[in-house]
Amino acid sequence: MNPVVGVLALQGAFAAHAECVASLGVSVREVRTPEQLEHVDALVMPGGESSTMSQLLLSSGLFDAIAERIASGMPAFGTCAGMILLASEVLDGRPDQRSFGAIDISVRRNAFGRQIDSFETAIDTPFGEFHGVFIRAPRIERTGAAVEVIGRLGDEPVLVRQGNVLAASFHPELAGDARLHEYFVTTMTTARKV
Amino acid sequence: MTSTNGSSVGTQRVKRGLAEMLKGGVIMDVVNAEQAKIAEDAGACAVMALERVPADIRRDGGVARMSDPEMIEGIKAAVTIPVMAKVRIGHFVEAQILEALGVDFIDESEVLTPADETHHIDKFGFTVPFVCGATNLGEALRRVSEGACMIRSKGEAGTGNIVEAVRHLRNIFGDIRKITQADNAELFQWAKTLQAPLGLVQEIAETGKFPVPIFCAGGIATPADAALAMQLGGEAVFVGSGIFKSDDPAPRAKAIVEATTHFRDAQVLARVSRGLGAPMTGIAMDEINGTQRFAERGW
Repeated sequence: MNPVVGVLALQGAFAAHAECVASLGVSVREVRTPEQLEHVDALVMPGGESSTMSQLLLSSGLFDAIAERIASGMPAFGTCAGMILLASEVLDGRPDQRSFGAIDISVRRNAFGRQIDSFETAIDTPFGEFHGVFIRAPRIERTGAAVEVIGRLGDEPVLVRQGNVLAASFHPELAGDARLHEYFVTTMTTARKV
Repeated sequence: MTSTNGSSVGTQRVKRGLAEMLKGGVIMDVVNAEQAKIAEDAGACAVMALERVPADIRRDGGVARMSDPEMIEGIKAAVTIPVMAKVRIGHFVEAQILEALGVDFIDESEVLTPADETHHIDKFGFTVPFVCGATNLGEALRRVSEGACMIRSKGEAGTGNIVEAVRHLRNIFGDIRKITQADNAELFQWAKTLQAPLGLVQEIAETGKFPVPIFCAGGIATPADAALAMQLGGEAVFVGSGIFKSDDPAPRAKAIVEATTHFRDAQVLARVSRGLGAPMTGIAMDEINGTQRFAERGW
């Protein structure tokens, strides 16, 4: 059975991620409720405003549902705000902002600056050179021992993995490049046995 | 613009990228730091900093201009979400000032008094992205050809009346649907009729969608209005006077955020629409004479 990939669609760039996943010939569903989460095998968390998403995660009941699924092994891939949601520590967030603590990294919100500082550049990864689009991007300021750094911009980590969790501070979905989504789907995701 | 280490700022991809990040969200008009905090607490994905909401601009009359930089900076300091601000149509120096202040998005807005009755701003000359209003597809494409990275319906701001925004969204998305059905020869005619660049019309025919995100603005006052805008094809909503001119802004703001996310879920819409107190009173279109219609500004 082929896996179904969910895209968290509370707010942000979920449509661009869904297009990337669909371009691989993989089934994709938008997730806004705990009921919809039950029908997916993996979850992509898009960029957007992490403070907005954090509130909508709580009001929709998705926060606990996603935390439970990730703890029981569901693969998750977060970009930008999605990475902030997955991180164990959020710096410069709102005091009431919650995150899943699914990957042992400390991230600082908007650390690359405001929109006028947003940029695109080449990043070296094991998949070859990747075009990184950074929008008011967060910085990974610390990685724990269990975290594998996959991609760097200069000296600093911008693409990291710990077990079933993949996180990027940039936006592969905006560069029309589905290689990271392909890695997430083919090497990290399998359909659950029903 | 490329720096020495090979990274580029202010590219179309980076500018349109922020518009992508705002999708599915609510951008709220705020006039001070306190309102900005209420908006952020309610889950706004960005705020629009301005001195007077459109309903007050309409009431006061006179010339409406860019807001005081001190007020914009106060709002920037109060919140962590993106901050937008408005400039007059064609007033590129107001835009230079807002860029220098580091605002995240500029709205070249018909709500302010136009500074140029022929030209809009050349938006390619800026690092900061621009959003512009449109009433139909031709106007929307002309703004994209000038470098706009997001289009919003104009609606009729400051009325609390959704009717004009609905008209504009139906104009825009209706013509997009027709263009995707047109053959190559018909696309030339579409470009002529719309007074829009042929290349952009052909891009719509090829991709089946508009080149940049299209948001809804103008007259949203209730959670149901926001969900209507989203079901008609809007990808996010701007709420101007609708929140802070209502009886109880904080719960209404939160309800509109939830309605925008769950715009197809009538159970959620019913739940969040309950007990919000009175919305802004609103104005019927036949109560506004021609010179006071903001949507007619723009060329």
